[in-house]
Amino acid sequence: MLKLQGVSKVFKVGTFGGRTATAVDEVSFEIGRGEVVSLIGESGSGKSTIGKMVLRLIPATAGSITFDGADITKLNRREYYRKVQGVFQDPFSSYNPIFKADRIFSMIKEVYFPGESAQAWREKVAAALQDVRLDPAAVLNKFPHQLSGGQLQRLLIARALLLDIGFLVADEITSMLDASTRIDVLNLLADLKQRGLGVLFITHDLALGNYISERTVVLYQGRIVEYGPTEKVFEAPEHAYTRKLLASVPQLHRKWEGV
Amino acid sequence: MTLSVQDLRVYYRTLRGEVKALDGVSFELADGEILGLAGESGCGKTTLGKSLIRMDGRMKHVGGRVELDGEELPIGDTVKMNPFRFTEVSIIPQYSMSAMNPTRKIGRMVRELLDSRGVTVDTEELHRRLDLVELDRDVLKRYPMELSGGMKQRMVMVISTLLNPSLLIADEITSALDVSTQKAVVTTLKGFRDLGFVKSMIFITHDISLTNQLADTIMVMYAGKLAEKAPSDAVVNRPRHPYTQLLISSLPEVGVRYADKKLTGIPGNPPSLLDPPVGCRFQDRCPLAFDKCREEPPVVEVEKDHYVACWKA
Repeated sequence: MLKLQGVSKVFKVGTFGGRTATAVDEVSFEIGRGEVVSLIGESGSGKSTIGKMVLRLIPATAGSITFDGADITKLNRREYYRKVQGVFQDPFSSYNPIFKADRIFSMIKEVYFPGESAQAWREKVAAALQDVRLDPAAVLNKFPHQLSGGQLQRLLIARALLLDIGFLVADEITSMLDASTRIDVLNLLADLKQRGLGVLFITHDLALGNYISERTVVLYQGRIVEYGPTEKVFEAPEHAYTRKLLASVPQLHRKWEGV
Repeated sequence: MTLSVQDLRVYYRTLRGEVKALDGVSFELADGEILGLAGESGCGKTTLGKSLIRMDGRMKHVGGRVELDGEELPIGDTVKMNPFRFTEVSIIPQYSMSAMNPTRKIGRMVRELLDSRGVTVDTEELHRRLDLVELDRDVLKRYPMELSGGMKQRMVMVISTLLNPSLLIADEITSALDVSTQKAVVTTLKGFRDLGFVKSMIFITHDISLTNQLADTIMVMYAGKLAEKAPSDAVVNRPRHPYTQLLISSLPEVGVRYADKKLTGIPGNPPSLLDPPVGCRFQDRCPLAFDKCREEPPVVEVEKDHYVACWKA
């Protein structure tokens, strides 16, 4: 469904853009329908830059990104966002604090469904909230500060679902959530995956990637160092960097060696 | 016994009333012990750490008694705390990336800091400690902005422990770091303890897997109260409090296949600390809750060194 081929991103840095920094270097991978691929890397590995390019928030310097065979830069923006949406790390800054949180739904209606009757729209919103397991009475007509991080994050996913999206870019969506609510958001993604949603799951937390994804891409300094089925990457990593990364993960039931 | 905390209560003043961030916590810390303080946002773990050094002016100290090395810590009095801060109790703050004065070269900043405590810099010792955390001695001639995040973190760790405090509080110091840097930081902290730079330590984090790598004892808090405290191994493998059990079972792990297994979270949210429920604070989310939970559960030693606050434990 989504395919990246030789995608690179070079940023100009320095006072007059005299120097360049390569954030993403010839990255190629594919995500199919009903599949979660996790993009794992440390800070500065270029994982968020890839997400932003897929969402067309920044243009790629080289290479091509195609969605269902069509170059995403040639697609009409509004049509593209109907199918592809993103949810980001900080749910609190994704909302305008002076408006009620459910304004994100009415904004979708204004842009994409102006003709829909109020009654039909209410039902649609209720169905989307049902999908993310939120009680409409508990979340509608509330300000962002009255809701928890987990609720806000699920509202954003519900907003994406209103558009019948086929693909979601989830950039560190659970890193600001507590352990007890984090797993619910992940399970929600797993349910959506069953219904055919493709997900690019960007994370620095290897345990989460291991839990949710079919395939794993490990990035190091903008390059893919390892790419394959999740079990294989986690159980028999081939690249030295992946092995080092796995050895540094704090594990609940095993202590680090030599510490 | 390095530290003894009895019935510590800390309330914050807000426009809507008093937030009971810490509501009667007692524990002890032995010489050389590293205590891991774990819990979710708003459980009072940062408040506990900050109250022991009295770092926050909004804190209204309400009650409790804290003793460090047999001497009472005046945690209710900002001025009286001054002789203890940095020399006896020291903290590596959550924001250590921005904890250094940006307008001073680091060497000068350290000198000024020590002058303010009436101590002269032992340059040799400072160099020795920089070597230990693998920082180049030249960092002293640089400004904080010239250092990377990990380097700043290590520099702050060196500064905080320079006067060999009795108690070191490390507050979420690894949460902004990559996994490989996290491991290095934890190794260094353990080294500081083993070399006797600090006598005991409170390591605050929301990440139980990480705490387990470092701490001798883990204390789990929930909504301003102690839920469970036991040796790390017991908390991770044989938790007795329902909250700890649910929390630990909700953590995904590397090295486990989850193909058709699903983990579950804890339904609901922690209670508001403006007006917390009477009795056990976990009762609304607890699958085992029964009538008795409307009374406050006492902290009971169920096994040697294993303390739990639950009627069912």
